[in-house]
Amino acid sequence: MNATHTHTSTPALELKGSRLTTLVLHFYRTDNAAIATELKEKVTQAPSVFKQAPVILDLRAVCNDAQTLDISFLVEILRGYGMLPIGVRGGNTKLNSMALAMGLSLLADVKLDRFSQQNQSLGIEDESPVLAKLPPEPQLAPVKIIDHPVRSGQQIFSAGDLIILSMVSPGAEILAYRHIHVYGPLRGRALAGIKGDVSARIFCQKLEAELVSVAGQYQINEDLQPDLLGKAAQIYLKEEQLCIEPF
Amino acid sequence: MAKIIVVTSGKGGVGKTTTAAAFSTALALRGYKTVVIDFDVGLRNLDLVMGCERRVVYDLINVINHEGNLNQALIKDKRVENLFILPASQTRNKDALTLEGVTSVIGELKERFDFIVCDSPAGIEHGAMMAMYFADEALIVTNPEVSSVRDSDRIIGMLASKTLRAERGDAPIKEHLLVTRYVPTRVSNGDMMSAEDVQEILAVPLLGVVPESPDILRASNSGVPITLDEKSEAGQAYQDAVARFLGENRPMRFLNVKKHFFSRWFGG
Repeated sequence: MNATHTHTSTPALELKGSRLTTLVLHFYRTDNAAIATELKEKVTQAPSVFKQAPVILDLRAVCNDAQTLDISFLVEILRGYGMLPIGVRGGNTKLNSMALAMGLSLLADVKLDRFSQQNQSLGIEDESPVLAKLPPEPQLAPVKIIDHPVRSGQQIFSAGDLIILSMVSPGAEILAYRHIHVYGPLRGRALAGIKGDVSARIFCQKLEAELVSVAGQYQINEDLQPDLLGKAAQIYLKEEQLCIEPF
Repeated sequence: MAKIIVVTSGKGGVGKTTTAAAFSTALALRGYKTVVIDFDVGLRNLDLVMGCERRVVYDLINVINHEGNLNQALIKDKRVENLFILPASQTRNKDALTLEGVTSVIGELKERFDFIVCDSPAGIEHGAMMAMYFADEALIVTNPEVSSVRDSDRIIGMLASKTLRAERGDAPIKEHLLVTRYVPTRVSNGDMMSAEDVQEILAVPLLGVVPESPDILRASNSGVPITLDEKSEAGQAYQDAVARFLGENRPMRFLNVKKHFFSRWFGG
C-alpha cells in the first residue's frame, strides 16, 4: 500500500545545486589568545550578523606555520558566538584531519591554483604567508552595453558590469557578476553580483522592478517601499542587508 | 515587391484575425493588391471573418505540400477588388508549416502583391514564428490589460531576435501598436489601462486605438470585415490606422469619453 503510494505521488526529495553567500574567516596567525580577542571585537560590532551564520574557515595563510592552528578551540569559540562552522579550506593534511575530526567538511579552494601560479611567476616561495594576503591580480571585467529594450522573456547576462540604455520589461531578467545600470525604467528582474560580489550595486532611473538582488540578497516588488517605486534608486549591500536608496 | 505585414499579439482573443481582415480589406479598398494569409493551421478562422468559408478548396498547407497550386488556393474576395485570402488548413497541425514551404509561398506572393498580411496564431510557438519570420512591418495587437501587454512585450522581443531581418542583421522590423477593445469610460474610471500606459510600457509607436464595439461581433459572425461597415466606430478606427500606416497624418479618435449632448450644454 505504502509502496504504491510513493510511486504515484510527487517525489519526496529532489537534489538541486545552489549558490549561496557565506562568511569566510581568514586566519593569519595561530595564536589562540590573539584570535579570541580579535574575534570578540568583530562580533561585538555586529552581533546579529554572526547569529546562526554558516562560516567557512580559510586556513591558507597559516597552513605552513610552525605552530598548528587549534581547530577544536576555534570551533568551540565560534559556536559560542552562535556561528555555525561548516568547513575548512586551504588547510594541510594535519589541519584537514583535525577539521574532519571536529565534523567539519573539506571545501575545495578555487583560488588556490591562481595563487600558486601567481607566486611562481613572482619568483616567491609558496610558503610565504604574506602572499596569501595579497589581493588577486586586478582583472578588467568586461562591460556589456545594451541599447535596446530588454523585453519580457529575454535574459541578458554580463560577466562584468551590465549597462542597459533602454527599459527592462516585466518578465525580463538581467544578470551581472558586477554592477547593473539601467537608464530606462527597470520593471523586470535585476540581479547584480551573482557570483557573490557583495560590493556590486544596481543603479536605475525608475525603480519598478519585479525583483532586485545583490549577491544573493533579494527583495521582491511587493516588499519594496512604496515611496521608492518609480524613483531613481541604487541598491547595494550594507552589512549583508539589502539597502535601497533614492538618488 | 510586396511589403509583408504580420499581425501578432502573443495572447489569444485580442483581435488579431479581426485586425488582419480589417487591415487587408482597407488596404485593398485603397487600391493596393493585398493578400491575407491565415497562419493558424488547425484553428482556421480568417475565412469565417472574411466570409469566404464556403469557397475554401485548397489551403496554405496544400500549397506547401504541392497538393495544389497558389492560384487554386487563393480566394478572391467578392466585395473588394484586389483582395485575396489564403486560408489555413483545419485538418493539419502547425508542424505542416515548414520553413522551406513558407519561404516558397511568400516568395511567389511577393511578386504578385503589394501587401502580404500574415494573420499569426496566438502563442509563441512554431506557427507564430512562421507568421512573423518574413515580416517587414508588424502590427502588435494589444488589449488594454496587463496580461495582453506582457504577452505583446514578449512577442516584440521575438520580432527583434527570431526573424529573418534579425538573423540577417537587416533594418529591424517596423513595429506598430494597435490597442483594441478600448473602452474610454472604463479608462477614465481607472478600470482599464489607458492607451498611453500601454504605449509607455511597450515603447512602440501607437498606430491606432480601436474602441470596443458590438459591431465587431456582428461583422465577424456575418463574415464582413469591419472596415466595410462605414458607420461603425471600430471600422473608422481601422480606416484611420491604415491611413496612418500609409503615412497620412490623422488625429487619434475614440480615446476619450464622448460627452453627452446635455452634459456639454450644461458644462458637465
